[in-house]
Amino acid sequence: MHNDNDSLPRRDPRWEWIARNRLHPLHEEALAGPATVRLNAHVWQGPNGLTRRDPHQVGFIAASGLKRIDRTGAQGATELNPPGGRKAATADARQFVTIDDPAFIVAVVPDLPGGRLSSHDRDLFGLARQLADADPDRPGAVLAVVFDELREDGFADAGADRLLHHVERASASRPATAYAAETRLGVLADVERELSPRHWLLPDSATGGAELGRRLAARLGERPAIQVWQIENNDTGLRCTGRGAAGATDISRALPRLVLALPECAEPVARTRHEARPLSLSLSEGLAYMPGRIQNLGAVAVDPAQVALSEAEFILSAGRGVRDWEGFHKAAAALGATEGASRVAVDDGFMERDRQVGASGTWVSARVYIAVGISGAIQHLQGIQSCDKVVSINLDPDCDIIKRADLAVIGDAAEILTALVALQQRESKSHAA
Amino acid sequence: MQLDAESLTESESSLSIAVLVSVGRHPLTGRPRRADQDARALEMAFSVAGAAPALLHAGPCDDPSEDALRCYLGMGGGTDLDSLIVLEQTADADIIPALADELTALGPQLVLCGTRAETGESSGMLPYLLAERLGWPIITGVAEIESIHEGVVVALQALPRGQRRRLSVRLPAIATADSAAPAPRASAYGPAMRGALTFSNTGSADDEARQDWLVSPARKRPKRLKIITATSARERFKAAAAKSQGGGGKVLKDLSPEAAAEAIQALLKEEGVLR
Ligand SMILES: Cc1cc2nc3c(=O)[nH]c(=O)nc-3n(C[C@H](O)[C@H](O)[C@H](O)COP(=O)(O)OP(=O)(O)OC[C@H]3O[C@@H](n4cnc5c(N)ncnc54)[C@H](O)[C@@H]3O)c2cc1C
Repeated sequence: MHNDNDSLPRRDPRWEWIARNRLHPLHEEALAGPATVRLNAHVWQGPNGLTRRDPHQVGFIAASGLKRIDRTGAQGATELNPPGGRKAATADARQFVTIDDPAFIVAVVPDLPGGRLSSHDRDLFGLARQLADADPDRPGAVLAVVFDELREDGFADAGADRLLHHVERASASRPATAYAAETRLGVLADVERELSPRHWLLPDSATGGAELGRRLAARLGERPAIQVWQIENNDTGLRCTGRGAAGATDISRALPRLVLALPECAEPVARTRHEARPLSLSLSEGLAYMPGRIQNLGAVAVDPAQVALSEAEFILSAGRGVRDWEGFHKAAAALGATEGASRVAVDDGFMERDRQVGASGTWVSARVYIAVGISGAIQHLQGIQSCDKVVSINLDPDCDIIKRADLAVIGDAAEILTALVALQQRESKSHAA
Repeated sequence: MQLDAESLTESESSLSIAVLVSVGRHPLTGRPRRADQDARALEMAFSVAGAAPALLHAGPCDDPSEDALRCYLGMGGGTDLDSLIVLEQTADADIIPALADELTALGPQLVLCGTRAETGESSGMLPYLLAERLGWPIITGVAEIESIHEGVVVALQALPRGQRRRLSVRLPAIATADSAAPAPRASAYGPAMRGALTFSNTGSADDEARQDWLVSPARKRPKRLKIITATSARERFKAAAAKSQGGGGKVLKDLSPEAAAEAIQALLKEEGVLR
C-alpha cells in the first residue's frame, strides 16, 4: 500500500474514509492502521472530513517568550512536508524534447551581444518554438545560427534543437578586417541553400540583428515583416503584426518567411529543454563572401563624458553626500564612467541639468550604476529602474538606496572614491610596466 | 556651412552625392515635415567638403508634402543646392525601380539617406534593396563621415550605448544616417521657396504585396506579466506577494576605504565595464 521508494506523502482516501466511519467493520483496524491515515501527529483528518491541527504541537517560542505559530508556512514546512519530500519533485520539472526528424526548420540568428544570449534573443527563441511546435504531429526544429566567440552554453535551455556555430577565421580571401555583417551574410546564404529553413527569425535590434536581417532579406529577395511583436494562428493561417510608420501604425499581414521581431514578441522557453545538437555544414568558404568592400577599422574610443546619459552603460552618479567635487570628477575620469547626479546636486549647481537622473531628469539604463552619497528618493529610484547592477556608497546604512543596491558600501564617499582612484591608477601602472 | 574654396580645389573637385529624401511625419502632431534622419543625411552631405549634393524624392507630391520637401531646399542657403528632383509615383507604388533607374542615370558616387522612413511601411529596406540592385556596398547607421579620399569613405557607425565603429567603404556606395548623426540645420524660408522642384515622370510599379495588409493605428502593446511557474497555491501566493525588488544585495559595513574600493572594483571587473 505504501511505497517506501516514494518520498512523496501519499494518502489513501479509502482508509481515511474507513477511519472516519465508526460503523465500518474495518474501523478499528483503520484507526490503528498505516501512518498514511494520519499524515502526522499535528495534522489529521477530523471526523467530518476537515483537516484538524493540534495547536499545542506546532509553533515555536519567539524571542518575546510567547509561543508563535507561523502560518506563512515557512516554519511549518518541515512538519507538513517531510524533508526531502516535495522538494525532489521541483528539481527540474522541464520536459526534455528531442526532435530527430524535423518536418521543417526555423532558423534563428540571435544577436549575442558580448557572446551571451540577451533577453531579446530568448524571446525570439520562444517565438521560434511557437512556429516549430504549431503542429504537434509534424514538429519542426529550431536551428540557432551563431558566430564567433561564445560565452553562452544555454542554447538548449533557450529552445534550440540544432546549433550551427560558425567561427570566422581570417584567410587570404577574408582579411581580419572583414565587416562582420557581410561575412555573416555569406554564411546565412549558405544555410539557406543547404537547409532552406521555412522561417528566418532575427531580432530587430540595433546590436546587429536589424542590419543583418535586412541584408539577408535583400539577398534572398524576401520581403520581411519588420518590427513584429505578435504572431497569431487563426483560420486564415499564420499572421503577424508589426509596427509601421516609425511606430505609429500596426501592420497585420500573412507571416512571411523572414521576420524581424521586437523584444517581448513571445514568452521565452521555460517549460522544456532542448537538444542544441551541434550541426556542421560544408560551407563554401570564400565563394559566398563578397570581396571586402567594407572594412571594419575597429571600435573607436568614445569619451564617456560625451555619451548621452540615457545611453551610457556605466554611470557614476553624485548626490548631496558628495563634498569633494574635484575628487568625484577625477574618479569618473579614472573609471571611465559617465557622470550623473541627483536632483539636489543639480539644484545646488554642482552638476549640469542634463546630468540629472530620475523622474524629472533622465531615465537611465546603465549596466552598472554607482550612486555616491545619494539617499535613494523614490523620484531618483524611478530613473534607475532599468539599471542592471546598482552600487551605493553612503554613510547611512538605513537609507532607501541600500535596498535597491546590489552592492552597498557604508562609508565616507570622498575616502572611498580616493581609494578607488588610487587602486585604478596602481593597476594601470602595473599594466603599463 | 561655408564651403572652403581651397579644399574644393585640392580634394576631389566634385564628389557627386545624391541624398534621398522623403516626407516625414511629426510624431506628436502627425503633420508632414522633413524626415529627421533624411535631414541628417543632407546635413552629412553638406559636411563633406567639395560635395555637390543632389536631392532626390520618389513618391506622391501634393501640397502638404511639397511644403515638407521644400524644407530640405531651405537647408541649402549659402550652398549651391537649389533644386530637388521629384520622381512622381502613386501612393502605394514600389519606388525601388524608379529610384534605381534615376540613380543609374545620375551616376552619383555616394548615396545618402535615412535609416527608416517615418511613414508607410517604414521597413528600412529601401537602402538595402537599392544596394542589392545597383550592386553597391552599403553601410548603415552612420554618425559621421570622417573623410573621403581616393574613392574610399571612412565613416563612424553609431552603435548602441553611444559606441562608435570605424568603417571604410569603397565608392560608389550607399550610406544611411543614424539618429545619432549631427542635428540638421534649420530650414530657411527664402531658399525653400526659391528652390525648384524638378518633376520627372516615370512609370510607377504597383506594390501588390501590400494590398492585403491591414493597417491600423498602433495599439498599445500588452505589458509583459511576471511569469510564475509555481506548482502549488502557496508558491503562487508567495510569488504574487513578493516585492519586485530589494533584498539580495550585499551590504559591506565597517570596511577601510581601501577594502571598500577593492570590493567595488571587483564588481566593476566582473561586469566588464572597466577598460
Ligand atoms: C516632483 C519631484 C521630482 C523629483 N525628481 C527628481 C529626480 O528626477 N531626480 C532626483 O534625483 N531627485 C528628484 N527629486 C528629489 C528627490 O525627492 C530627493 O530630494 C533627491 O533625490 C535627494 O537627493 P540626494 O539623494 O542627493 O540627497 P539626500 O536625500 O540629502 O541624500 C544624501 C545622502 O548622502 C549621504 N551622505 C552624506 N554625507 C556623505 C558622505 N560624506 N559620504 C557618503 N554619503 C554621504 C547621506 O547619508 C544621504 O543618504 C524630485 C522631487 C520632487 C518633489
